[in-house]
Amino acid sequence: MNPLAGSAADWAGLAILLPFAGFLVNGALAFWRPKARRAVSLVGVGSVAAAFVVAVAVFLAVRAAPPAAPYVRSLWSWIPVGDLSVSAALQVDQLSVVMLLVVTGVSSLIHLFSVGYMHDDPGYARYFAYLNLFVTFMVVLVLGANFPVMFIGWEGVGLCSYLLIGFWFTEKEKADAGLKAFLVNRIGDVGFLIAMFLIFSHLGTLDFRETFARAPQGLAAGGGAVTAIALFLFMGCVGKSAQIPLYVWLPDAMAGPTPVSALIHAATMVTAGVYLVARTNLLFAMAPVASAVVAGVGALTALFAATIGLKQWDIKKVLAYSTVSQLGYMFVGVGVGAYAAGIFHLVTHAFFKALLFLGAGSVIHVMHQAYHHSHRHADAQDMRNMGGLAAYMPWTARTMWVATLAIAGIPPLAGFFSKDEILGAAFTRGASQPFYLLVWLFGIVAAFLTAFYMARLMLYTFHGPNRTGDLERPHLTEAPWIMTGPLVVLAALTIVGGAINLPEVGALQRWLTPLTAQSAAFLPDLAPTPGVAIALMAGAALIGAAGLWLATRMLKPEALVPPERSPQETGFARLLLEKYRVDELYDRVIVRPLLWLARVVLWKGVDAGVIDTAGVNGSAALARGLGWIGSRLQSGQVGTYVVFFVIGAIAVLAALLK
Amino acid sequence: MLLGPSLLVSAILFSLGVVGVLLRRNAIVIFMCIELMLNAVNLTFVALSQRIGIEGQVFVFFVMTVAAAEAAVGLAIVIALYRHRDTVNLQSINLLRG
Repeated sequence: MNPLAGSAADWAGLAILLPFAGFLVNGALAFWRPKARRAVSLVGVGSVAAAFVVAVAVFLAVRAAPPAAPYVRSLWSWIPVGDLSVSAALQVDQLSVVMLLVVTGVSSLIHLFSVGYMHDDPGYARYFAYLNLFVTFMVVLVLGANFPVMFIGWEGVGLCSYLLIGFWFTEKEKADAGLKAFLVNRIGDVGFLIAMFLIFSHLGTLDFRETFARAPQGLAAGGGAVTAIALFLFMGCVGKSAQIPLYVWLPDAMAGPTPVSALIHAATMVTAGVYLVARTNLLFAMAPVASAVVAGVGALTALFAATIGLKQWDIKKVLAYSTVSQLGYMFVGVGVGAYAAGIFHLVTHAFFKALLFLGAGSVIHVMHQAYHHSHRHADAQDMRNMGGLAAYMPWTARTMWVATLAIAGIPPLAGFFSKDEILGAAFTRGASQPFYLLVWLFGIVAAFLTAFYMARLMLYTFHGPNRTGDLERPHLTEAPWIMTGPLVVLAALTIVGGAINLPEVGALQRWLTPLTAQSAAFLPDLAPTPGVAIALMAGAALIGAAGLWLATRMLKPEALVPPERSPQETGFARLLLEKYRVDELYDRVIVRPLLWLARVVLWKGVDAGVIDTAGVNGSAALARGLGWIGSRLQSGQVGTYVVFFVIGAIAVLAALLK
Repeated sequence: MLLGPSLLVSAILFSLGVVGVLLRRNAIVIFMCIELMLNAVNLTFVALSQRIGIEGQVFVFFVMTVAAAEAAVGLAIVIALYRHRDTVNLQSINLLRG
């Protein structure tokens, strides 16, 4: 008997139903009462806040009676077909409850922020309907007790991501960005599906508990089958969590409203891949090659995206590449086998990256309003148009500095501990497998670059002279409290968030032990020795501080000019500004050949040539030809008919008499 | 008694009727050929009734009745055709040609 039976964990499904009810109500309002902003805000924020209350209750129940095995509540039998039996089941355990808290908590704050940010948008009700639906699916993803239920959430959040990226769909590039995100994610989802098929064919189940119970016997550790399963699962993660080579959709996803970027494309949905790896940690621990691929791809992405972040001018693009880079860190964590560290970074990153995005949203909101008053059409997201905003927006600036210090890894903020734990685990594992030393090195360099580009963002946005025009300057004010309030709460969480998994104490690590215990047998000990740990920590803090210091010395916000007067970048800087031209490369190598294949071969060749000409028109011509031959017999001459009739009668008689 | 010769005459009459229907073009001649075939059948009935029983002779009366009715309808059609097309040559009547 699970200790959670009969407790609040039985009601975890409410965290799905409440936002879903919010979606239904707001969806109805979007159709019939789009102007009812007050009702929409109340339902939108209220349903998610209520889900957060449920999450807290479930968390308290789990804390009061920590279960040794996940508590699964099967709601109904969903797909009973032959050997396959999938039920719509929810799973409450230490991992899912952490995710549940983060998802509903951060969502509540971002919903609140959205009330201010989207206030003047005509699609207000539609926006909150989509956002509620997103929370619904995200909770399904987190609570699902088997792969198919998780996949429903996985696809659902992808749908909401698509809807919200293309929220302002009348602008073509925004609709295109949504399409791009959707299509790139499909590539990864194919991997997820294949992984599910493989798991079923080898283990005969898709249930999490059953899978992990059967895996040690059913699959050979390090064998081809488990490696293939892990790699295909990771393919799904690469799409959803924007890793090389499928990261290209995430920077474009910034076309959506900024709170959406904060919620979906920074704090929750894109971390689903990390959650999936942590959830299936046994499979990855049994497949060292796949784990090395995870860590390697993560490290490469962390470094690669960080370099692009160095030269972006759009404030949201910097944060987008920063997110890609930080997701790389999380994959380094789960790749080296430090699953708790990966989840830890996921949680802290949700706090400080949501804070950064909301801060950027607050800046964009104010810039946009100023341009609205002055009737000038300039880019409200280009940092070259900003500068010195700290004087006008003190709370936004302060809270964003907290997040910047956290992401740069300055102690004692949350990001310091989580990033340090990941790098420490990579370093320790590097002692026996030098490959992980390379991963660690990439991580360290990326940490330095992270500090640098974040300091650059802050300096160009909030410090130095103000570069908005004289017409706009009087309209620069702090955003309303409903927007700064969530910023302050997130800043507080960013400051204290590291406490959930302090080194040596490791509360989160111990909390998650029931779920990672099985894989410990396949992994070396990852805790660095105390001396090494302190040296690594000091080193990481120094690297972060060095990045910040170098940025303040090297960058001159005074020298910046608005974009239209900026000089052309040259050399490597230009390559960075153009994002290594990866999009152009994909366009040449994949998109255009595919379009050519579709247009010339499949459309003009196969469809128009074979199917239309030979198939459709060909069969019509055949029928017409046969009909023409038949109609020659139809002479209208009764005599001719009688001839046939007599011949037929004689033939029948001959046959009968024989 | 004389069954074989009777059936032979009947077969010759029937074949003449068939050949007439197939080869002649005049609707009235074709009509007469059909009558010829009917009467060939009547002859068969009568010839066979000596072996089988009276039913064959009875049936002949039915055939004659039907043939009379058919002659009435058929001639009416031929007259209507002639009024319409000024000919009873069936080769020039091919409206149902495909």
